[in-house]
Amino acid sequence: MSVIFWLISAITLGGALFAVLLKNTVHCALALTVAFAGLAFLFLGLDAQFAGFAQIMVYIGAVAILVVFAILLTRGSETPKGSVYSRYAFSGLVAAAGVFAVLGWAVLQSARVLPNEAQTPIATAQQIGVALVGRYVLPLEIVALLLTVATIGAVIVALHEKEGK
Amino acid sequence: MFQTFDQIFILLRDWVLGFLPVGLRPGAGVVLGVVAIVCVFPALFALTVLLERKGLGRMQNRPGPNRVGPFGLLQPIADAIKSLTKEDIVPTTANGFIHFLAPLVLVVAVFMGFAVLPMGRNMVLVDMDCALLFYFAMGASSELAVFMAGWSSRNKYSLLGAMRAVAQMISYEVILLLSGLAVVMITGSLSLTRIVEAQNQYTGIFPHWNIFTPWGLAGFLMYAIAATAETNRSPFDLPEGESELVAGYHTEYSGFKFALFFLGEYLAMFSISGLGSTLFLGGWSAPFSFLQWVPSWIWFFSKLMLSIFVFIWMRGTLPRLRQDQLMNFAWKFVLPFTLYNLMVTALWRFLGEGWQRWVVCTVLVVAGYVLLGRVSMRREHFGPRSYRYAE
Repeated sequence: MSVIFWLISAITLGGALFAVLLKNTVHCALALTVAFAGLAFLFLGLDAQFAGFAQIMVYIGAVAILVVFAILLTRGSETPKGSVYSRYAFSGLVAAAGVFAVLGWAVLQSARVLPNEAQTPIATAQQIGVALVGRYVLPLEIVALLLTVATIGAVIVALHEKEGK
Repeated sequence: MFQTFDQIFILLRDWVLGFLPVGLRPGAGVVLGVVAIVCVFPALFALTVLLERKGLGRMQNRPGPNRVGPFGLLQPIADAIKSLTKEDIVPTTANGFIHFLAPLVLVVAVFMGFAVLPMGRNMVLVDMDCALLFYFAMGASSELAVFMAGWSSRNKYSLLGAMRAVAQMISYEVILLLSGLAVVMITGSLSLTRIVEAQNQYTGIFPHWNIFTPWGLAGFLMYAIAATAETNRSPFDLPEGESELVAGYHTEYSGFKFALFFLGEYLAMFSISGLGSTLFLGGWSAPFSFLQWVPSWIWFFSKLMLSIFVFIWMRGTLPRLRQDQLMNFAWKFVLPFTLYNLMVTALWRFLGEGWQRWVVCTVLVVAGYVLLGRVSMRREHFGPRSYRYAE
């Protein structure tokens, strides 16, 4: 199990690194897809089947394609003339290190606060469904509202302007 | 004795595994299953390619291939030899790495889908609780391969074909998921083996297949439309329309890579037909209760080949849909009808057993179909075209 974990982590980190280091933006998007796939395998390794397959379906099947379309339909598909690294590379690195420190501290704190979670609970799809419409119905409805607003917004932005006809 | 025939592949596998030490048996069992799938479905692909060309030929009043063997039976072998010995041309400015990877990603994603189909009693490669979700996840991965193929070819027509194909596949994937969701709602499980077992019951001689219910029939029709569009099959094959885009996203592929794309497309057709027969047509269960002596895998493959025949039939009969007609159809008719069907399915469950739910749900489905068709076609005014140019 441990060897597989290191392998999948290497793939995920490699994908994420190449997503910011490559020159061609579409290559970056495809490297990001590899990172998403690595995350999905990590979920599957933790026996979270629903989360893993939903990750593949949503991130690789929809978000990656969205990112790629956005790159192609704007001018991001041209290779950059100058260097890939921006002028603010160092401060960006400092900010990323800060975020990583905060997240790492939060994860380690939670491991200390909940010591009885050593046994991974198995959440079947049915339990997730029951929880979604039972205890977490308000977040579900809010997300649905958000999605509706986003869809209507997208349609309005892309609508054929009917002026001067 | 019929039990033996039904389980003959399982017994064969257990006999082979008996020669191995106990520790290796689970792994070797899986490997044997994978080898079986990798041998059977490409063989079926070869047969289907021949059937399609002969079938289309007959529908178009011509004989089809008949030179290579008796009735053209050796034509697939000739095609395989041709595609293996052709020169593999890669454009100089093409993105070599991604150009190479695209057919591989497609074929791998499509083969993964076969792992969860129950091809007979006890004949699933992997029996997962979230089998349906896994299948749709693999279908989503194959869309990325199509895009990779079109973009890496450095060809405007390929890119255009790839974007059209991806837009079409995304639109119809939602419909595929929602029509499958009605089945999941009634069965109460995402596991395909449980869905088939729930349909394997008989009242009198008639089976409890999902297609014989009003919501099941509507769901099956929407699923069939979505399946035809997902696999870029006529009448939805504008992305690879031979008269519009040369060959769409696989223009720049020659030789074996093209054969891999072809294989991927037909295997996707098989696996989506297999899923359709599992969800709606009862998987491996027999159509009448007195026919249960026939082995279950024969029923599964018969239903698969029947679906393939219907695909070929549609290809030879219907004209191609234009891209905007295709998208309009998906978002304005099929998707609302699928959502409505979901509500009718919920009503079916809540009304409980009895003849009332049959009448109510049938009336609702037919009324919904007619009303939605009328309402969505109301604004179709066929006047002079208006053009909008990029600024």
